[in-house]
Parts: sequence; C-alpha cells; structure tokens
Amino acid sequence: MNFQRVSALVKKDLKRLVREPAALFMIILFPAMLTLVFGLGFGAIGGGQSTTYQIGVVNRVPVTQNTSWTQFFVGNLSRVEVLKIQSYSDNETAQSDLIQGKISSAIVIPEDFEQSCDSYWKAPTDPSQWINTTLEVYVDSGSMFATQAIQPIVQQTLITTIYGQQNKPLATPIQISNPSLIQAKAISTFEYFAPGLFAFASIFLTMIIAQSFTLDREAGLLRRINVTPTTATEFMSSQVISNMLSASVQAALVFLMAYAVGYRPKGDATTLAVAFILILIFSLCNVGFGLITATLAKSSGAATGIAFIFIMPQMFLGTFVGSALSATAQLIGKFVPSYYVTDALTSLFLRGAPVSSPTILFDLAVVSAVSAVTLLVGILLFKKYGKA
Amino acid sequence: MASEIRIENLTKKFEDVTAVDGLYLEIEKGELFGLLGPNGAGKTTVIKALCGLLEPTSGSIWVGGFDVRKEAAKVKELIGVCPQDTAAYSFLSGRENVELFGNLHTMPKEKLKKNIEDLFEKMSLTEDADRRLGKYSGGMKRRTNLIMALVHDPEIAFLDEPTVAMDPQSRHAVWDFIKELKDRGKTIILTTHYMEEAEELCDHIGIIDHGKLIALDSPKQLKDKFNAKDLEEVFIGLTGRKIREEM
Repeated sequence: MNFQRVSALVKKDLKRLVREPAALFMIILFPAMLTLVFGLGFGAIGGGQSTTYQIGVVNRVPVTQNTSWTQFFVGNLSRVEVLKIQSYSDNETAQSDLIQGKISSAIVIPEDFEQSCDSYWKAPTDPSQWINTTLEVYVDSGSMFATQAIQPIVQQTLITTIYGQQNKPLATPIQISNPSLIQAKAISTFEYFAPGLFAFASIFLTMIIAQSFTLDREAGLLRRINVTPTTATEFMSSQVISNMLSASVQAALVFLMAYAVGYRPKGDATTLAVAFILILIFSLCNVGFGLITATLAKSSGAATGIAFIFIMPQMFLGTFVGSALSATAQLIGKFVPSYYVTDALTSLFLRGAPVSSPTILFDLAVVSAVSAVTLLVGILLFKKYGKA
Repeated sequence: MASEIRIENLTKKFEDVTAVDGLYLEIEKGELFGLLGPNGAGKTTVIKALCGLLEPTSGSIWVGGFDVRKEAAKVKELIGVCPQDTAAYSFLSGRENVELFGNLHTMPKEKLKKNIEDLFEKMSLTEDADRRLGKYSGGMKRRTNLIMALVHDPEIAFLDEPTVAMDPQSRHAVWDFIKELKDRGKTIILTTHYMEEAEELCDHIGIIDHGKLIALDSPKQLKDKFNAKDLEEVFIGLTGRKIREEM
C-alpha cells in the first residue's frame, strides 16, 4: 500500500467535508447543533448542580393563631437545595397546578399543625397527650423525582422542624421513620440522552458516504481514479481513514458541545478513550452501510433515500430516541448496532461502569464484529456492482 | 518498430448492441493516432477497453507490451487518460485536482510542483490555478481535465475528445500542447469528430463507424485515395453521409 496515494485521497475527502456545505452540515454542524439544542432543552445547562423542583405549600393554619411552627417548617423546606416553595391559599389551586405539571408536589399543612407540634413538646414522653394530625403530601406521578424523593424530604424536614438539627436518637414515641434526606444530584433528561447522541450523530455518515460515492461515480471520478495505479485496497483504506477522522471530529465536537452545556459524564480518561474507540469502530459500520447504499443507488438522489433504510432503524431503535419506545421496540433495537454503542456509552457515562465490565466488553465485541462484517460486505458489494 | 499498442479482434457487446466489432489495430511508439468517427461509433468504448475500464467481449489488447486484462496494474503506470466529460472535483481548486492525480501516480513532490506550474502556464490557467474548479468556465474545466491526465508525463496518452466544446483559442492551445507531447516521443491516441483536428495533428487515422474500422491510413493518403480535399469528404466517400450529422 502506497502512503502517498492514501494520504492524497484522505486529504481530498477531508477537504470535501470542510468545503461542501451539505457534508459540513451533516457531519459537523448538525451534531453540534443537536447537542446544543438538546442540552438547552433537556436541562444540561448548569449540569453538576442540583435541579430545583417546584413545591406547592397550602397553609390551612388560621392566621389568627400563632404560626411559628408553620413558619419554621416552611422555612426548613425552603432551605432544601432542590426545592423551590410556592405558597397557595387553597388546595384546589395547588391541585390544579399539580395536574398541569406546574409544580411537582403539593403539601397541605393542616389546621391543627401548631397544636400538634405544641402537644408534643408539652408531653414529649406521653403520646396520649398528643394531638395527632396528618400532613397531606401529593406528588406528580409523572415525575420520577417527585414519586421517589419528595416524601422522604418532607419527613426529614418535619423531624428537623420538631427536633432541630440533631441526629442523635431521641426517646420519643413519635413513629416517623427517619430516612436520609435525598440531596443527590438530580439526573437531567439530557444526561439520559447524551450517550445516544454520539451514536445518533455517527449514523448520518451513511448518507454522506453514499452521496459522495454516487456523486463521484456520476461525475466519472471513480473511473478516473481506476485508471491510475491506485489499488482498491488503497482507495478503500483512504475512505476508512478519512471517515474515521470525520467521526473523531464529530465525536469530539458532540462531547465538547455537551460539556459546554453542562454535561459531566462519569469516568476518567480511560473511560473517554474507550468511548472514543467505540464510536470510531461504529463509524466503520456506517462506512459499510454507506457503501451498500452507494451500490444499490443509481443516483445521488436515490442514495439519500436508500440511506434512510439504514439510518431510520438505527436512529429510532438504537439511540436516545429508543428510550421512549415500547418494550417490544426496545427488544427489536437489539438487532441494530447503534443500540450497543448507546448501551455501552450509557453504562460508561451514566452508570459509571468500569471499562473492563462485562457489559462494556460485550457491547464493544458486538459493535466490532458487526462493523467488520458490514464494512467487508460494503466493500465487496461496491467493488463488484457499485463502481460502474 | 515494435507496436506500443496492439488490438486484436476486439469486440465489445452491450446486450444486443455491438459497440466495437472485430477491431484490429497497431500503433507504434511515438505515433499520434487519431480515432475518428461520429458520436456512438465506438471510439470511447475502444479507449475504455484500452485502459482496462471495460472488459472486452472477445479479443486481446496489449499496451506498452502488457496484456491489459492480465497486467492491468503495469498498464496503469504507463498511461494517462483524459476522459471525454470533465471528471474533476468541483470542491478542489484546479491545482489541487492536478496535485491529487499526480500523487496517485506517486510523483516526487518537486517534479509534481514543476509539472503543475509548466502545464498550467501552457494551458493559460496559472492565474486561476487556486480557484475552485466549480467556479471555472467550461473551457477552463476541459483544459484542467487534460492537465490531470498528463501531469505525470505518461508514455502513452489516451485523449478522448479533449477539445470538444472548446473555444477556438483554447482548442489551438491544446493542439500545440498535443504536438509538443508527440515531439517528446509520447504515444497518443486521440479520439475526435473534428476532421480538421485529426488532419492537423495525427500521423495516422482510423475511421470507425458502427463499431467497425472502415479506413486506416495517414490523412494525406486517405485524402488521395478518395480524391478528397479534406477528411470530411473521405468520410462521405466511405459512408455516404457527413460525420457531424451523427452528432
């Protein structure tokens, strides 16, 4: 293999990427914009900080009474980092806002809240003297955070309100469990989506490769190269190298853009390196699909349409889009290579799985095998039927 | 003198159409051979078969002493091919297109640079060398198309209608360039349907019609044989029709 020839062809392809608006958009600008828009739209901005949740508080304690316990309780709730308190004068309005998703939870402080708290301190060791009451808590069933975390937060705040900031066990008959206050970083939707974005961006290489091959074929450029001493191996190697370089730039841009909007994946430099290698291997799969498309397509216009036969299943079943699909669709997704890229990146970036974990190794093996086979099939088909 | 190009009983069929029918041809080293005929006569098919792009239905071809079917790689090192339609990358500049093909022929960097400068100068393209090809006029594209074929200074050049659709000034520049190649001992096959071009440049002419070689001689002897004042009259004498009517 002659390096001068391969290098010249790679340079030519990279110039095409930079100079042809369609290629530049699909490979570089589109993934970067997509990441930015998703980051802005799904809450990655300010990543690493707690996301706040709007909590409605309905205070039924009559204003004529002493409200010091109520104020203390609401004040403590306000100090919880992830909560933003909004007061309501009546439960109906709070319920209405809860149904519309304007708040994640509604807490109704009962009329006898003050008496109940006072009764405890008057006879902390005599439950028969207590005035029992119920703090009603309503949560948004559509919010993972609200269903899992609001009640423990409220319970902890109540304990803090009554006992103060002491964690030592108290000899008290009050039967309130003492769950730890959940103040873990909330995972934004973007963080669920981000691993799939890398696969999503790479998938479109299929269309660009198919278009460039069919355009070159239409313009007689493949024939022209074919009458030079350039071998098929040199030509295909140049394609692999230039498209892997494109995929590298694309992955780096998606990562930088995601990082810029607050995305902070788990893992270290090794995790990033493995993720990067995985994306590069996956780009070979898309080169293969691009060659198969170019073989089937008679024109560059047809190539765009046929490319979507490979793009759509990978996009809908194997990237971030797939997480919203039915269980059956997700099962079918296991037959597309992008599924394994997204799965591995999710394990690495979101779950913090070590690079040597069985899941990562399995995904890497599947992506490598499928990419090798697809690329080989693409090269053989194109060589036999696609150059004419 | 040994034949640089030898074609024996070349036949190429596309389904039920016979594009080339039993062609025999021998071209000597340093000869400028014109393949003349109307559009669709089979000229381009012959060129494609000569450079290994088309597999003949039957027959054999040797270029530079190498069998085109069996030793295609060696043939490709000897030849330069200028296709009929401009085949160049519009997103590259004229210079970058030529550099690419020089590199595909593994030319040394310095020689490539020098050849590019000389060829762009000869083709009056120096000032536009760094403009994107997509911005070139049709004539400029065609001249670049020719430079791309010849930048590596091949021993054998296949020029498929290199001056078609060129303005007279550009055409004469290309003629001068082709004459210079011939003076340097290069073997050239030139296809054309311009009679005056064939007459001006070629040592020998093969007239091809419906895939068959119907005449083969020097321009002068062809004219003498048919008592014609030009090659157009020779073609009329041979076929009963004008060559350009076929276009």
